[in-house]
Amino acid sequence: MDSIIIQERLVERLLSPRTQAQRSHPGKLKDHEKQYVGFATLPNQVHRKSVKKGFDFTLMVAGESGLGKSTLVNSLFLTDLYKDRKLLNAEERINQTVEIIKHTVDIEEKGVKLKLTIVDTPGFGDAVNNTECWKPITDYIDQQFEQYFRDESGLNRKNIQDNRVHCCLYFISPFGHGLRPVDVEFMKALHEKVNIVPLIAKADCLIPSEIRKLKERIREEIDKFGIKVYQFPECDSDEDEEFKQQDRELKESAPFAVIGSNTVVEAKGQRVRGRLYPWGIVEVENQAHCDFVKLRNMLIRTHMHDLKDVTCDVHYENYRAQCIQQMTSKLTQDNRIESPIPILPLPTPDTETEKLIKMKDEEVSTICACASWMLELESRESLQGCPIEVVLRLPLLCPPVGSWGGGQG
Amino acid sequence: PKKGQSGLGKSTLVNTLFKSQVSRKSSGWNREEKIPKTVEIKAIGHVIEEGGVKMKLTVIDTPGFGDQINNENCWEPIEKYINEQYEKFLKEEVNIARKKRIPDTRVHCCLYFISPTGHSLRPLDLEFMKHLSKVVNIIPVIAKADTMTLEEKTEFKQRVRKELEVNGIEFYPQKEFDEDLEDKTENDKIRQESMPFAVVGSDKEYQVNGKRVLGRKTPWGIIEVENLNHCEFALLRDFVIRTHLQDLKEVTHNIHYETYRAKRLNDNGGLPPMTVETEENHESNL
Repeated sequence: MDSIIIQERLVERLLSPRTQAQRSHPGKLKDHEKQYVGFATLPNQVHRKSVKKGFDFTLMVAGESGLGKSTLVNSLFLTDLYKDRKLLNAEERINQTVEIIKHTVDIEEKGVKLKLTIVDTPGFGDAVNNTECWKPITDYIDQQFEQYFRDESGLNRKNIQDNRVHCCLYFISPFGHGLRPVDVEFMKALHEKVNIVPLIAKADCLIPSEIRKLKERIREEIDKFGIKVYQFPECDSDEDEEFKQQDRELKESAPFAVIGSNTVVEAKGQRVRGRLYPWGIVEVENQAHCDFVKLRNMLIRTHMHDLKDVTCDVHYENYRAQCIQQMTSKLTQDNRIESPIPILPLPTPDTETEKLIKMKDEEVSTICACASWMLELESRESLQGCPIEVVLRLPLLCPPVGSWGGGQG
Repeated sequence: PKKGQSGLGKSTLVNTLFKSQVSRKSSGWNREEKIPKTVEIKAIGHVIEEGGVKMKLTVIDTPGFGDQINNENCWEPIEKYINEQYEKFLKEEVNIARKKRIPDTRVHCCLYFISPTGHSLRPLDLEFMKHLSKVVNIIPVIAKADTMTLEEKTEFKQRVRKELEVNGIEFYPQKEFDEDLEDKTENDKIRQESMPFAVVGSDKEYQVNGKRVLGRKTPWGIIEVENLNHCEFALLRDFVIRTHLQDLKEVTHNIHYETYRAKRLNDNGGLPPMTVETEENHESNL
């Protein structure tokens, strides 16, 4: 009896989130090795497989030009993605439309590989007339969802490439008094398609009291306009106080006021990433100077996976549901059935539909009969059953007509 | 007047320039106010005095400029306002019983605030300056310059100057109005090296090296507004107030106003616009 309790406690400890990180004491297991099943090592196995497979992450950056987006991305991932970029002058930008440019880079750290894709949106908000300048961006995000949807529904699903955008860093100008109309419209167009993390750019032009006021202002306006920015998940109740405190500070600092730098300067005898001004040196990684460290930790060290999860479980699922509904309503429309709410199943089908239903029901029962007959044959003569599969699949592609759920045989 | 998107520190700068609260700072639109849907023109007049010399200063603000999603033609209300002042002056001038000192509400100088992106001018900046450099003296100013390091500032200024040149935008002091060689040399230097002035404004004072200075206190140091190593505010102030104030008025009167007048007379078939009765325009000094 005792050994079972010990076993259970052991498994609990091994599976709880905190101890996973500390699991490097194989010695402790030795005593009980012979008495436990061993599936407590599953997390280890998952870990090993994930590391082998590598991770991928797609990050979008958006905001007017000149807000330091490229510099910040370079600072976040310690790379130089924009070496060969050519900046346009104002005249060239008059007729520029918003472009979508992808940069992919493979980076590795301690044996863990990350395929990082940065989606850039040059031209956003730069023109004199910026009406609907976010459309190319929403279209791009939808396209990635659509691509994934198709791949997921396809026959060969071995190597689906996930190009969905996991997070969008939106840069708010520090030179305004809060959100501008274009900021509000952009975020509202995208908040149900992607995780939006708003940032205050070039925060070194603001003194601490100005930053506080601006953050408050932006938070108020986000509430006021009903913008759904990415919410940090609640931390588990069994986390320790320090972790909870950090989590609270993180949430209270949003939107993060950031500074980026491509250069290393000497400050107090140390070489740090920073900006050298005549009146002092701004250190990017100094938490008293800006929220860069908070952003980096959140984005990369603690919440990257959650961002991916929310993209898959919420945004993508929303898209998929909408897509299917649209397909359904289109099909009902094609059958020339008038309904005020085409996306809901028809409550009282008219005669034409009834006929259709009857027809389909007959079809299905025929197929069922065929299927059971073929299965019998198969069991007698071990047929290679491909033809049966094909026949059985057809009903799935027809419009849903009442319940013919028994049709699988 | 001052133009540029909201939040570029225009009001703070003007207050710093004239060392008094001549501009109402919008420390943010409070909950009831919104960014105005069209560009508004708000003129506030003050009388300031220094060394026995009185100056009537009118500061004209243009809230709403460049803040919308669609900013097409947002300079039109501003151009209209400027021309209206010329028109007022013209009507008074051609009046039969005209006043000895015609009340002058014409705009002598327009400070255009460029956003310190570090890249180049924005399409809106170009459009505005193209249209308005023909009717008023424009002095481009790089706002909130404390966001750029020295190198970035130098590069940005060079790029802006080049873009203005390539687009044929003549900012004040315009080359064609240099009166003599002395003017030309002095102004050339300003045009080719100092402008656009990269400024920082502040209405708060701090103690630095035993002196009280206007500045901005950041966690990494105090930015001194009047320190030429930090920003060019002092250059702008000296330029606009101490050396070229009178010239700004003269160029407005002799060139811009005359251009407007000539065009109006031409349109009217060489005749001055008729004013049968004197309009009660006495409100306009403030």
